[in-house]
Amino acid sequence: MTQITDPRVLVLAPDDNVAIAKSDIPAGTTLTVMGTTVILKVKEEVGHKFAFKALKKGTTIVKYGAPIGVATQDIAPGDSMHIHNVTSDYIPTYTLDEGHQFFKEGH
Amino acid sequence: MTINAYLRADGRKGIRNTVVVAYLVECAHHISREIYYPFRENGVHLIGFPGCFPNVYSHKMMERLCTHPNVGGALLVSLGCEGFNKGKLLETIRKSGRPVKLLEIQGTGGTRKTIAEGKAWIEQTLKQLEDTPRVKMDIDELIVGTICGGSDATSGLTANPAMGRAFDFLVEKDATCIFEETGELIGMEHWMAKRAENPVLGEEIVKTVAKAAKYYATYGHASIGPGNADGGLTTIEEKSLGAYAKSGQSVISGIIKPGDVPIKGGLYLLDVVPDGEPLFGFPNISDNAEIAELMACGSHMSLFSTGRGSVVGSAIAPVIKVCANPATYKRMSDDMDVDAGRILEGRATLDEVGREIYDLILRVANGEQTKSEELGHQEFILTYKSFEPIGPACYPSAA
Repeated sequence: MTQITDPRVLVLAPDDNVAIAKSDIPAGTTLTVMGTTVILKVKEEVGHKFAFKALKKGTTIVKYGAPIGVATQDIAPGDSMHIHNVTSDYIPTYTLDEGHQFFKEGH
Repeated sequence: MTINAYLRADGRKGIRNTVVVAYLVECAHHISREIYYPFRENGVHLIGFPGCFPNVYSHKMMERLCTHPNVGGALLVSLGCEGFNKGKLLETIRKSGRPVKLLEIQGTGGTRKTIAEGKAWIEQTLKQLEDTPRVKMDIDELIVGTICGGSDATSGLTANPAMGRAFDFLVEKDATCIFEETGELIGMEHWMAKRAENPVLGEEIVKTVAKAAKYYATYGHASIGPGNADGGLTTIEEKSLGAYAKSGQSVISGIIKPGDVPIKGGLYLLDVVPDGEPLFGFPNISDNAEIAELMACGSHMSLFSTGRGSVVGSAIAPVIKVCANPATYKRMSDDMDVDAGRILEGRATLDEVGREIYDLILRVANGEQTKSEELGHQEFILTYKSFEPIGPACYPSAA
């Protein structure tokens, strides 16, 4: 079974539930990923991830055929996937943005 | 293809003919830099250890670095009262047959006199090193390390797997390849264990990564920085998957710790995370701390992949920079040796870039300058750590 994927997009392994932009792709672009049509909600920069199917909060996120973390909220097809909706199963990621400070109460 | 190497008195073969000026405490740093600076384009490099308190790890690191195969001589600069065991270091270097001198600033009479004496020794030693015998070196005598720095989401798609291919080509020829940063292999432990030479080593790999996960959790940060996240890496597991690709597909022959030099070819995992209770802060405070450890394990050169765009090189051993991200390459091509982003653009395959890296490794071993060497990059850093010796299961080939 072949599932068509746009040449601007990479899906690294058959079980993956993330798609990867091979170059910068503008918001609003319509793309086919593994046979499903999605519209990008925001601009995706090279290497960044987006969903091509609906993922419930708590779903294990799979890239390279391996778990890279878990969805922290429901994710819709075409949504960007990053630190705002995916978190590590090991150690949370620290960023410089307000509200993403690593050290949390009780840690 | 063989390599035209420099033969040291202890039988080791180097691909560069450098002299190191090594400060043994921060108090001797300025004088060491003044001695080294006029000769920095003549193969003289500056290394050192800033701490005043003695430490087994840093002593071993300095011994290994001052007797590295690329090093032909060493000038040790001591203030005079620091805790570093300079006598033992001096003796180790002397026994290796390399020219060595120890200058104690307090005894020599201060800044001016020490700088003058140091420069005179460097001039004389550089002349002496012109007569270093050249010898044929085979690929199976080469040791190559790999590291990634300034990673983004393209690192694990292009540069890291391409370097993994180059590692596979090297291991096929029985060269020694070392990959590291167990803190960036979190989540990969069970996959890696399956690649171990035997199941006992596999169990050690799982334990080694568990140690790294615990260590980083104690300090509240995984080895993933704000720039990694800007570059599209969301979690440490995702970064790890990309970093893991640097190791290629070969069988893993053993686990080593900083300063252990493998005695036969193959692929080795370097455990960079200290043993025991977390004591001295983050395992490696920046990329060059890892390069220093790869060199202490005998690496003649390091492969360095970057997506965001690192510029660093290293003292002692050349660094080949493989750029993962096409946009970064366009901005920073002066600093990059290999444009692996071509893979994403559909202009090259992983195999082609892997072969290109392999060919470049051989040319660099034969004296071709890397971009960071041409630009004069000679970064170096060494801090405190503590390690237990590796167990018998970690290096089954040696038993």
